[in-house]
Amino acid sequence: MSKYILKRVLLMIPTLIGAGILVFFLMRLIPGDVCELRFAGTGLYVDQEQIDICRKDLGIDRPILVQFADFMFGFFTFDLGDSMWSGKPITEEIGLRFQLSLQVAIMATIVATVIAIPLGAISAIKQDTWLDYAVRAFSIAGIAIPSFWLGIMIILGLLIVTQEMTGIPWMPPIEYKPIWVDPVHNISQLIWPAVATGYRYSAVATRMTRSALLEVLREDYIRTARAKGLVEKIVINRHALKNSMLPVVTIIGIEFAFLMGGLVVTEQVFNLNGLGKLFVESVTNHDYAMTQALVMLVVLIFVITNFLIDLAYAWLDPRIRYS
Amino acid sequence: MLKQTGRLALAAAVGLGLAAGAGAAKAQTPKSGGVLNFVVGSNIPSFDGHQETTFGMIHPIRPFYSLIIRVNPQNPSDPTDFECDLCVGDVPEPTEGGTKYTFKLKQGVKFHDGTPFTSADAKATMDKIVFPPEGVPSARKAFFRAVESITTPDDHTIVFKLKFPTASFIPALATPFNFIYSKKDLDEHGYEWHKANVNGTGPFKFVQYQPGAFVEGVKYDGYHFEGRPYLDGFKAIAAPKMAVRLQAIRGDRAAIEFRGFPPKARDDLVKALGDKITVQESDWNCVLLATPNQKSKPFDDKRVRQALTLSIDRWGGSKYLSQIAIVKTVGGVIFPNHPLAATKEELLKLKGYYEDTEASRAEAKKLLADAGHSDLKINFSNRGVDQPYKVVGTWLVDQWRKVGIDTQQRVQPSGPFYDTLRKKKDFDVSADFNCQSVINPIADMTKFLGSAGNNYADFEDPELEAIYAKIEKEGDKDTLRKLVRDYETRALSDEASGIITLWWYKINPYRSYVKGWKIAPSHYLAQHLDQVWLDK
Repeated sequence: MSKYILKRVLLMIPTLIGAGILVFFLMRLIPGDVCELRFAGTGLYVDQEQIDICRKDLGIDRPILVQFADFMFGFFTFDLGDSMWSGKPITEEIGLRFQLSLQVAIMATIVATVIAIPLGAISAIKQDTWLDYAVRAFSIAGIAIPSFWLGIMIILGLLIVTQEMTGIPWMPPIEYKPIWVDPVHNISQLIWPAVATGYRYSAVATRMTRSALLEVLREDYIRTARAKGLVEKIVINRHALKNSMLPVVTIIGIEFAFLMGGLVVTEQVFNLNGLGKLFVESVTNHDYAMTQALVMLVVLIFVITNFLIDLAYAWLDPRIRYS
Repeated sequence: MLKQTGRLALAAAVGLGLAAGAGAAKAQTPKSGGVLNFVVGSNIPSFDGHQETTFGMIHPIRPFYSLIIRVNPQNPSDPTDFECDLCVGDVPEPTEGGTKYTFKLKQGVKFHDGTPFTSADAKATMDKIVFPPEGVPSARKAFFRAVESITTPDDHTIVFKLKFPTASFIPALATPFNFIYSKKDLDEHGYEWHKANVNGTGPFKFVQYQPGAFVEGVKYDGYHFEGRPYLDGFKAIAAPKMAVRLQAIRGDRAAIEFRGFPPKARDDLVKALGDKITVQESDWNCVLLATPNQKSKPFDDKRVRQALTLSIDRWGGSKYLSQIAIVKTVGGVIFPNHPLAATKEELLKLKGYYEDTEASRAEAKKLLADAGHSDLKINFSNRGVDQPYKVVGTWLVDQWRKVGIDTQQRVQPSGPFYDTLRKKKDFDVSADFNCQSVINPIADMTKFLGSAGNNYADFEDPELEAIYAKIEKEGDKDTLRKLVRDYETRALSDEASGIITLWWYKINPYRSYVKGWKIAPSHYLAQHLDQVWLDK
């Protein structure tokens, strides 16, 4: 097992280098740069000299290979540098947002898991009944409805309903406070994006749970368990559900990693100062340093999540563990 | 006057209690206390006003600083009304044939860290802006090219000596980005320090900045305007999405957004909240242009450029586009409310400004035929921002289609759009804009010169340059006005090297409990907030 873990850890290095090469050179294919945007954004007359000073200051006037070497060296020595837009250390900028994105991802995962596993199991067990159809309709709707649209509807709904009921329109807070500072404020802000994203997330996981469980329920060992007179509850919980969880765990893991960096639009809808919003801003501002750091962070999250999923496989399936 | 009457008519017609324009506000005794939450649709690059150009910095940071002079916050819609901020008395008149400005500075003013303010601070600051050392960025250095020297005869006097008399100096000095820094900070911490640190003499003291989230300020008790500020503090909350800003005001998470909303957003807020919302509207010192690239044939032919401007129905566009976009006013090269701006009668003489659109378009077709380009095709570059670029861009495509011009609109995000406009120049006609803070017509009109760094039409017009050279140094108002008309006629009509579409229109709906804030013709102005109070 330790050999396996070591092998997987070593495999992360070429993955990260490959991602680094891609993001570095792709970013530079986009026309324009941060200094042009910063100085002349309002149609203002600015001397070319001022733009050149800015480029020199940020180091984007250096040869591209020197910049690349600098970036990779910085990444592997954990020195991501400063944001080209705000001038603040990238680790500080990301650290601020990471906390919020992590909380939303965890809350959405809880929402999704709490909904998906029971609904998926019920749907499989009660296959082709009205209950199954209802769950399938619910989950297909979840896949079809974009999270950001649902988010917009939630905010508008809250504004309209509260105004109708109390005369005063209410919407979730638009500035973040950590849960240990103000739990009510924190939850009243983050529960809505967690529901909006968790619903779509749960829909995917519900479909996966249903189909995986249906497959397992047709296995010989389930028939054997039933034949030897085991109670149906034990057959489902101990033998079927646990074994059908492998693909579900994969989906949950990948979705979690996606939520960490991919809530680009939903974060904007709820004005969440998370990694997704930072991502959009850094691309819009041509902040190469920040975009590169964020892409590498997301790649790292995906790589680590996949690694953890593989470890979970081993825990769930003894055949993998023993091999 | 006409504009104000129109506003009042609108308010009366909709019956929604809109306070349309500053003049309509009732005088009330300000109340002290409360924290103003407002939303900002952009992020802060750095805190250094001298090198930044965005309202994303001005809105949250301006309240921490003072200027030598500023636009009068009680009358910000008047483009010629300035008042002393750190100087004493009235804004001084120039001496020595208009080449010397002497400002007496306030005594007893202190920076937020307790350092006394003297003329040395004002000089160190203005030197940084006007004569920056090599390698130090200064975004508005070009505004002060008339300045020859800055001296301080004593601790409370600063003197600006100009190379030649110019009407552009006072507006340039009142630019809200000219934050006065402490010389001690500049000497001890260097020129980079203010990018991430704040120490001013403004009405509010810096409390904290959470990147991407908010900036918080608290009342400065030692502020140099007695009894102000009225607010206990403010919080500027970053909200890049317009829908969030709108909903934040509706849900009272924020009281105001200072940049402006499109008409539909105003109507939605007023419909939802009635008299809990107040609306102020104003012409906006931003103009949207269509710039023909004269290096791209046949746009080097003035007949083709004239055809482009003649095919645009500006009066009709104003009527209809103002219902869906943040543009409204038909104007020439000068901000429409300024004494130097063209009157309607003067505008009607320019090509493309005729009221008879059919005649105008017939002339456009004839010019295209004469130039041998009746089947003209245009590669039109536009910026991927809805308000007002995409809305007006789509309208332009339709206007040009009406004289047989086939337009291919290429919409790109801001970065690539600027790259196309400034470097690649692979466009026939591009959307372009001129968006300034203090109305400074002599400086703002340089946009139309071929030699200007922010003119992307790629042409030379010595005659236009010669007219501008006279304008820059003309002291007599009547002669100046005549010269401006000559300049305007040449740029917009005779040569059509610049094509103005419409001037922007600023609409600010906000919570009615916010008092004391008067709309300015720019989203950069009147943002120090010392005059704002809450009637809760």
